[in-house]
Amino acid sequence: MEEERIALGHGGGGRMTSDLIREVFLPALGNPRLEALGDAARLDPVPGGLAMTTDAFVVTPQDFPGGDIGALAVFGTVNDLAVSGARPVAISAAFILEEGLVRGDLERWVASMAQAARRCAVEVVTGDTKVVPRGQGDRAYVVTTGIGAVLPEAPPGPGSVREGDEVLVSGMVGDHGAVIAALRNGLDPGSLHSDCAPVWDLVEALLAAGVRPRFLRDPTRGGLGTVLGEMGEASGLSVEVRDGDLPVRPEVAGLCDLLGLDPIFLACEGRVVAVVPPSGAEPALRAWQALPGGRDAARIGRVVPRAPAPIVRVTPYGGRRLCDVPAAEPLPRIC
Amino acid sequence: MSGWVSGLRDPGRVRAMAEEVAALDPGRPVRLMHVCGTHENALCAAGIRDLLPGWLSLVAGPGCPVCVCPASEIDLAVRIASIPGVTLATFGDLVRVPARISLAQARTRGADVRVVYGVADAVALARAMPGRKVVFFAVGFETTACTTAAAIQASPPDNFLVLASHRLVPPALQALLELPGETPEGFLLPGHVITVTGLSAYRDLLSRRPIPMAVGGFEPLDILRAIREILVQIRRGHPDVVNAYSRAVREEGNRAAREAIKAVFEAVDAPWRGIGTIPGSGLRLRPPFRHLDAAEAFGLAPDPSVEDAPTGCRCGEVLLGRQDPEECPFFGSPCVPDDPMGPCMVAQEGTCAARYRHRRA
Repeated sequence: MEEERIALGHGGGGRMTSDLIREVFLPALGNPRLEALGDAARLDPVPGGLAMTTDAFVVTPQDFPGGDIGALAVFGTVNDLAVSGARPVAISAAFILEEGLVRGDLERWVASMAQAARRCAVEVVTGDTKVVPRGQGDRAYVVTTGIGAVLPEAPPGPGSVREGDEVLVSGMVGDHGAVIAALRNGLDPGSLHSDCAPVWDLVEALLAAGVRPRFLRDPTRGGLGTVLGEMGEASGLSVEVRDGDLPVRPEVAGLCDLLGLDPIFLACEGRVVAVVPPSGAEPALRAWQALPGGRDAARIGRVVPRAPAPIVRVTPYGGRRLCDVPAAEPLPRIC
Repeated sequence: MSGWVSGLRDPGRVRAMAEEVAALDPGRPVRLMHVCGTHENALCAAGIRDLLPGWLSLVAGPGCPVCVCPASEIDLAVRIASIPGVTLATFGDLVRVPARISLAQARTRGADVRVVYGVADAVALARAMPGRKVVFFAVGFETTACTTAAAIQASPPDNFLVLASHRLVPPALQALLELPGETPEGFLLPGHVITVTGLSAYRDLLSRRPIPMAVGGFEPLDILRAIREILVQIRRGHPDVVNAYSRAVREEGNRAAREAIKAVFEAVDAPWRGIGTIPGSGLRLRPPFRHLDAAEAFGLAPDPSVEDAPTGCRCGEVLLGRQDPEECPFFGSPCVPDDPMGPCMVAQEGTCAARYRHRRA
């Protein structure tokens, strides 16, 4: 039997669009605000102010071990809120589909998005669907926008970072980037899968342990190295990273050797980098390691006076190397 | 990381090997040379030079195929890429190397220049675009030349052409020893290349110029072990070719790969950036395959008047190991990987780029 495919009419705003919404989006994502199908969703006021973020997901391939574009589109946006110290309130989702996309693929991604939203206790309250002619897109792009309620303990940001602060990462580095790199190079990722997951519980655990991070970030595109490099630039300081303390899976390290990549610059999709005052390092590590998503958390470095590069890497043999942030993501369309 | 790799990186074992190296002090300065961009990257990334004793220096020679490719051949590639109906496919680093203009600049002016990971991708492009001539601009040493040769033997489509700028390592080593001025006291031989060439070519070199040599792998312990083997030869006064990378390198090398090169290419004299013309160091398609030669197909030839480097750029001396990159007045300012003056700062395998990416704090 011929597979059902997305046609230009599904993005035209007419009956085909309504049918697609009714048959694909509402059954999976349904909630009273979305089901109202208004031009805008109304939200209740929240104390403490709002945070808002938006992200476009263009990952290729759209399906990968450990996740897909639907899950990524929820976790990516919710995690950006989480590391800003904001509890997610609602998200929107816009789909840009390529004519000819197999409808079953869309249904699978939407189901995955719904499952991810339930994990994050957040609802997709509004959305949009457009279809572009065949050849003018790559199956599907998803844009999500998230609104969150800012907690009083939200981290102040890179300007508050001080020399001597400790740097921690919540788990294995580079899993997502390594999976995508393997798939794109025709290599079997084996047991390796994306770390694609919500990070809210990691943020909450730090705050509950009384740790007041100066800076939190989810090291997605550009990876841990880019986050630390940008923080170094913004704070006027540098970050010393001990390569021997970086949690990297052997498979990821092997793949990086093979492809000439550096795990520190590979995307993570379910990790948090925290910069905490020295006294917060041990409590933060204990809080993370007590969680299933933080078992491999590690202290990886510290903030040092400004060096000629934003990152200083200590090799396992004791050498100290300067490390710049690459001009571009080594793997475009990683998320 | 599998156990054997982590063992080769084990800090304790690496430091112990560094101590063995230091114990071979001949009581005078010793200068060794490697000729492999991968060795330079490995040395820099792990900080191996920091572990070496003060009397020992390990300099980088002409080990980056993109770097040794003369500007005149890149210029030829630019001219071919600019012909309507031609798609030129090559390695990413080569696209950015400046000649009169770079291939990247040619692309902005409308040339169809594609980055590929290897010759197979270029052949696939040719199959996908039967209406265009697809020219694979082939650089690389024996390790890459055998892949080009294999692709040519596998009956590529009629619209596939090759612009071959391959170079051979053994003639370059000989040429380095014949240059006026200070020559290295020993060679750390490039493990990857020697998996193809085998050791016999280096034994031939040894019979003409007795110089200590050892084949090295690319993990920290591999490199230090090869250095130790060279120093042992120096101490004994008995130059030899030692295989210190026996888990990958066999005495006879890879016969099938060498035979493919030999069947498809013939050795010709070829220019190297910074060195000049080295006899028998280049590869030209043999007559049965000459119709695949892009330069011949388009009736073009390299223009020797194209300058190799902008004024002041010292890539030529860096390639000979006579200029330490970090002592170049342009290193780091204004010459950086994102805005390079010469090829050694462009290429992943380039000595300047490796040093810059991993410069000492």
